[in-house]
Amino acid sequence: MNTYLESLAQLFGRAPRKPRKDELSPAAQKMYFYKKGEKVTKAQLIALHDEHHKNSKNKWRKRRWLTLIGVNLLFVLSFSLDIQLLEGALTASRFAGFHMADLNSALQVMLAHKTVLINLLIGVVTVFIMWIILGGRTFCSWVCPYHLVAEWAETLHLWLAKRGWAKNYTFHRGVRAVFYVIFALLAIVTGYTVYELISPTGILSRAIIYGPTMALVWVALLLLFEIFLSRRAWCRYICPIGITYGIVGVLSPLRVTYDMTDCKHEGDCRAVCLVPHVLDLTIKNRSIDVEVGLGADCTRCGLCVDACPTSSLNFEFKGLTHKPEKAVEERPLMPESHSSSKESAIDEAALISKKEKAKEENV
Amino acid sequence: MSDSSKDKSSDIGSEKGSKVSASSPTQVKKSKGKKKNITRGPGRRAQEARRQFLRSVALTAGVTSISLLGFMPIPSEGKRQKLRPPGALAEEDYLSSCIKCGQCVQVCPVNAVKLDDIGTGFGLGTAYIDAREQACDFSCDGLQCVLACPTGSLTHTLDYTHDTRMGFAILDKPKLCLAVAGKGFKGQARGPDYEGLLRYEEIDRWNPIPLKDHPYDVEICDLCVQACPIEQRYNQCKDGKYPSGDENQCPPERAIGLELIEEKNGVRHMKPVIYDGCVGCGVCEMICPTNEPSIIIDYDKLTKRPLSEQYIAKSKKAGH
Repeated sequence: MNTYLESLAQLFGRAPRKPRKDELSPAAQKMYFYKKGEKVTKAQLIALHDEHHKNSKNKWRKRRWLTLIGVNLLFVLSFSLDIQLLEGALTASRFAGFHMADLNSALQVMLAHKTVLINLLIGVVTVFIMWIILGGRTFCSWVCPYHLVAEWAETLHLWLAKRGWAKNYTFHRGVRAVFYVIFALLAIVTGYTVYELISPTGILSRAIIYGPTMALVWVALLLLFEIFLSRRAWCRYICPIGITYGIVGVLSPLRVTYDMTDCKHEGDCRAVCLVPHVLDLTIKNRSIDVEVGLGADCTRCGLCVDACPTSSLNFEFKGLTHKPEKAVEERPLMPESHSSSKESAIDEAALISKKEKAKEENV
Repeated sequence: MSDSSKDKSSDIGSEKGSKVSASSPTQVKKSKGKKKNITRGPGRRAQEARRQFLRSVALTAGVTSISLLGFMPIPSEGKRQKLRPPGALAEEDYLSSCIKCGQCVQVCPVNAVKLDDIGTGFGLGTAYIDAREQACDFSCDGLQCVLACPTGSLTHTLDYTHDTRMGFAILDKPKLCLAVAGKGFKGQARGPDYEGLLRYEEIDRWNPIPLKDHPYDVEICDLCVQACPIEQRYNQCKDGKYPSGDENQCPPERAIGLELIEEKNGVRHMKPVIYDGCVGCGVCEMICPTNEPSIIIDYDKLTKRPLSEQYIAKSKKAGH
């Protein structure tokens, strides 16, 4: 229960904190103990990374981009070719006749209109169940068209930032929760779906389906802001859709899971992540257990899964994914340690030399 | 003290995330170095946290005020309020309930329904009909847009075409009207370049055809009366042929007709007269062959107030 609350709190902006020693599970404590002093050179990491990704570079990103483009294309084709499979836009649609409604748009409409219509409710329930199963913010990275263009803008931003031509001003993440409340209140008070006016998701989705509009200028301005001033600002600090789906995702069985066993704590995953705070548990001494699911703010985009040189991050569907049992005993890093002497003071030097040996074996 | 330690933890949480890629050993070193900094003075960390807070406040204020620009639609000079699709709730309710998905756009057989752009403020993404471009001719018979609407913005209480009240027609420029001038009309109603569609039951019951493919030849121009969907239904019912075989489809009243009018000065001429059965679909405005339409939809059917006035009232209300 506590982990769910913590996951929600972080969704609303709380910074993840370093757990106290007694909060770590014994297994995690043991593992961190043996990881102490373990040093990995950049060259080793690169070698590890290359070895790991020999056959599958950007595997999840490819799948995700295909899915995202496919879903949005289905909207377009349903209209332009009149195949009527997925009518409407991302804000509300009908899939093979079944009502679907974007949870955030539906929420804004209900708050503004103060009436709940049965069709809308059916659409909301359908979509709610769908995203509980599929992971909540999975919507963001696998469906939202703004996410895709923002990803491209991010690449440009990073390229420019490396040369000092772009800044990355950060904001407090809690500001997104503030926006959430503001837009909810504005909808109630004004009776207009105020957020929909500036929602790049809705604007882009409609532009793709029904043709370009002047509203795209606003989307372009947002992208420029992200490129030159603040990396992924909209998704990170503003978009209430992210919070809506994040809340749905708290309970979702589909998530990315972190296994610290092989982790080198080098931070490749955090460097590519849209919401790096969910990956803070990959920092040494931050994960409370050997295996932990990432928080609700995770968009399940899989960039970290692609980036991780040690397969420490993986997609998991709770109860369905069968993970091959990792035989901890066989690991060279943990020789005969699990038995008795975990608390007794082990000679540090001996340990380090052991590890070095192990590393040589590894290489 | 407590302040600085708080800053440290929040920094590791949020800031590092975006800048990482340093390996863990250097991270340890860094945090050691920063501890010293904190003991020395107010601390760069605390300063940065303050800046971040101020930036966040600025971002909130900025984006919120931009979103409120929706209250100020760019006034399009001289333009009338556009028609909303059949069954649309009163403007305020319509704007609050429309989810902006465009399903009504997709089902319309004559592509009459379009989505508004950002110039209309909170109207962005809501459906409208520009009757002069392409009017709703009810050729779907079943009010498809109403059925498609997922939020009830186009109210589901609407059963028949004659229940619609998109507006009310008015002979806006009687001096231009060919009938008033006693003239006939021959040729394509809107010229060879006009792309609009209209359903002609006698040609194809199911597929509307381009208006330009159906030239007219009349001695006194009565195109608005001929094309009026309500009039057509009314006449069918008079002949005992109910639209879709359903007696309920029969409009209770006529919508428009040419009448012989005697002016005060004794001049007698024909004139299109609009009756209470008019639903404001806009076909008369679309088909009117004069350069500027002599007949337009500009009145709210219920209040009989000009739609343009409603538009002005709305912007005034928004401006307060």
